[in-house]
Amino acid sequence: MTSEPVDAGRRREDRLRTAVVPRPTTHDSTPPLSYDPELERLEIELLLEGIFRQYGFDFRSYAYASIRRRLWRRIEAEGLTTISSLQDRVLHEPALMEQLLLDLSINVTAMFRDPTFYVAVREKVVPLLRTYPFIRIWHAGCSTGEEVYSMAILLEEEGLYDRARIYATDINEVVVHRARAGIFPLERMQEYTENYIRAGGKRSFSEYYTAKYDGALFSPQLQRNVVFSQHNLVTDRSFAEFNMILCRNVLIYFDRALQTRVHGLFHESLVHLGILCLGSKESLRLSDYETSYEELSGPERIYRKVR
Amino acid sequence: MIVYEIIVIGTSWGGLSAVSAVVEGLPSTFALPLVVVQHRSPDAPGLLAELLQARTKLRVLEVEDKQALLPAHLFVAPPNYHLLIDRGVFSLTTDAPVRYSRPSIDVTFSSAADAYGRRAIGIVLTGANEDGSLGLKRIADRGGYAIVQDPASAESPIMPQAALRAVPKARVLPLERIAGHLVMIAPRRPPLQPQMGARVT
Repeated sequence: MTSEPVDAGRRREDRLRTAVVPRPTTHDSTPPLSYDPELERLEIELLLEGIFRQYGFDFRSYAYASIRRRLWRRIEAEGLTTISSLQDRVLHEPALMEQLLLDLSINVTAMFRDPTFYVAVREKVVPLLRTYPFIRIWHAGCSTGEEVYSMAILLEEEGLYDRARIYATDINEVVVHRARAGIFPLERMQEYTENYIRAGGKRSFSEYYTAKYDGALFSPQLQRNVVFSQHNLVTDRSFAEFNMILCRNVLIYFDRALQTRVHGLFHESLVHLGILCLGSKESLRLSDYETSYEELSGPERIYRKVR
Repeated sequence: MIVYEIIVIGTSWGGLSAVSAVVEGLPSTFALPLVVVQHRSPDAPGLLAELLQARTKLRVLEVEDKQALLPAHLFVAPPNYHLLIDRGVFSLTTDAPVRYSRPSIDVTFSSAADAYGRRAIGIVLTGANEDGSLGLKRIADRGGYAIVQDPASAESPIMPQAALRAVPKARVLPLERIAGHLVMIAPRRPPLQPQMGARVT
């Protein structure tokens, strides 16, 4: 490293800050037309194998269509033209691997995403949670934390938060750090406020945050029962028994084999009658665990473990 | 002769009645899967599929992650996700909107173009923005078949006009003739499942 450390640190900070919230894009990133699709697939397999063996991050069972799209965005941003040229750089430059890790692992989310989901949680799940003296919740793949704060707010308003503990995990340490900071873009507060109201919010949403610079800082009170930590769904084991697991719009990035494996992990991590919440277009139907659960809310993908 | 394997349709404003006009004219034995990407608000999930089901003999499904494509089915892109296709299976992502849209027609069309090559048919119908033109161009550039609703017959001509600027050689058809044309060019029997989208040749 020849660059001055402070400067390098700041540059890295800047890069991470802009990278953490993926911006809307003006166009789709796609390979050049001349690119042979079978060669492309081979190169992507080699790249993912290389990343796994060199850095230990295992993206080999990610859904091809979506990881491919994210790889091309990075290739384009770096001014490269082939996947092999990206592989060359990623294997030799740990800093680029760090960037690519963000590209591949950050899932875009929103506070109270799918407000009707939160309505269903209030109506169908909260009454069940009330029967427990202590509630353990695992938010798997929490990304930058928007949905964790949403759940904390909901539990607070339902009077359950003091006996709850939320374990919020993500593969990516940078986003876990970001989630812990609890600062979200101010320009999204209008959208989040609308979501909050439609999600059955009982107070004024602005009570929960303070506007600061260009960010909304969420009340540290909301974090009092949240444990943020790094956890890799692909390679790590279960770490506790939970009454409720939320994993929304994370499994869509996995292929079916990996989805089934992670469903196995969730199944062994849930108590009997524990609750599993998936994204609105994710289904147990294609996993091996369909018969292990009953539906609490079909449209909102809320299930209860029965065997 | 090309044996087509997939039809992707993009539309926004006026899309419900335009898509209805197309799928009403297709038989229940239609040998290809159709995929509809329409911009819409995420507030009424399932509603578009329900409305379309009332108008067609095809089976209508709002796509779930990793759903397999099937002939004689009309697959509707769910709101708030991008819809990708690979090897005959759908994948959803919540990646950032493209040109303010999620689902983005460009994203799905490009994905279909790359997965199916010349065996893809792309159709751009009425719409009040320019999404879909780049995706349709990619379908055409990969040797697929590009169809654009005649802007004169479109409730909003902006989307078909943009598509025609991007793909001047696209086939222009008035809305009422699209279904008949599809019946004519589609294979009689569904392509063999294992081949679907597996290889671009």
